[in-house]
Amino acid sequence: MKESSLDPNRAAYVATVLAGDHWMHEVRKGQTFRILDLEGNQAADTLFYNAHNPEERYSASDTIQQQSNLYLTSGSALISNEGNTLLTIVADTCGRHDTVGGACSRESNTMRYALDKEPMHACRDSFICGLSHWGQGLGKRDITCNINFFMNVPVTPEGRLTFEDGISAPGRYVEMRAEMDVLALISNCPQLNNPCNGYNPTPVQVLIWD
Amino acid sequence: MPPLYRITITGGGMWSKIIGRGKTIRLTDLEGGANVSMLLYNAAERLERYNMPDTLKGQQIFFLTAPYCIHSDMGRIFCSVTEDTAGWHDTVCGCTQARTVEKKYGVKTYQNGRNDFYRNGHENFIIELAKWGLGKRDLIPNINFFSKVTSNEEGRLTFDQDATKAGAHIDLRFEMDTLVILNTCQHPLDPNPVYAPKPVELSVTQATPPGAEDPSRISCPENERAFINTEDYYHLCA
Repeated sequence: MKESSLDPNRAAYVATVLAGDHWMHEVRKGQTFRILDLEGNQAADTLFYNAHNPEERYSASDTIQQQSNLYLTSGSALISNEGNTLLTIVADTCGRHDTVGGACSRESNTMRYALDKEPMHACRDSFICGLSHWGQGLGKRDITCNINFFMNVPVTPEGRLTFEDGISAPGRYVEMRAEMDVLALISNCPQLNNPCNGYNPTPVQVLIWD
Repeated sequence: MPPLYRITITGGGMWSKIIGRGKTIRLTDLEGGANVSMLLYNAAERLERYNMPDTLKGQQIFFLTAPYCIHSDMGRIFCSVTEDTAGWHDTVCGCTQARTVEKKYGVKTYQNGRNDFYRNGHENFIIELAKWGLGKRDLIPNINFFSKVTSNEEGRLTFDQDATKAGAHIDLRFEMDTLVILNTCQHPLDPNPVYAPKPVELSVTQATPPGAEDPSRISCPENERAFINTEDYYHLCA
């Protein structure tokens, strides 16, 4: 747990991302990027790309491997598929963020919950829309295993994995410094079938400081 | 029944082939301490690929063993683990990169070492992916067969150096026509300071089709539904 000294009133950019929406924006090297859980227990499914060469992108396995730890918090480096640091987490009032739970999709919802859940809105559809609106030829192929900020997916020493109630709360945030020019893509998770967001998806706020 | 195919893959080597639905791959750790890093893609539509999170959360597991299934990102199953004498296969640690290999083992170039030069998992994947028209955009977290990595309550990971013995094997029964890409570089968390990747035998046999009471199919309701999705896919396209 580490608080930030940055003043939200002095942020260069502020936006609210509603539940079920996607958001994509550049964060330049040296800028600080915060995701704020406005109402608590929300899951912000997030991917990062090198802004100048999006073939280089966040890699869950390289990030886990480099820190020999599953969870992200202040001090964690977010590593690319080329082994470079995209961003470093510099403040975190939630304490733990997930790297292995991935994003929901309409197809995986049929597997996880019931075949008739297929029509329900899902993160990977939001990722596709976000990448398609951004351009640069990005699409489904560029959706890799994302970070779930504010989500709690404990792994036991016996190798079981569970989805638990969020450990986040209204006003908690995670903040990271960009170590290169990056593109940030968020799907604010619309999942209604599991406790990752308390069955009540809510908005998050994104802020960028120069 | 003799295998349809059998090959020994040298330590630090790589291999890729399309494996048809209804066939079983057996991987055997010949000397103990092997690692097989694997990626999987739908042979007909390579945008469909192995998905670590769906595999883990669908079955509420952090590792692979029998009778669990290896899921694609489209709610379907690439293959089922039908037999496993190793007991734990890592799903989250990825593979080595050129710079991590150099940091850990030093440098051995082809010029100096001929075919014993130091290879890394990332480059081996890129080489094999390229032969099927795939590249960096298709790199996703891979499976590491024969490597056991556990997590404590704080998420701290530990590599178990004694997890796999000579002769250990795992059988993967394919439920889809699958492009299989693998390499035998050392696990990235293997604390052995010596570059010593181990050989693996790979054989392919005809599988018995999974019946209604197949252990992998009925291992959890999620897998039953994923089998329905997989069978629907082939009913429509066959």
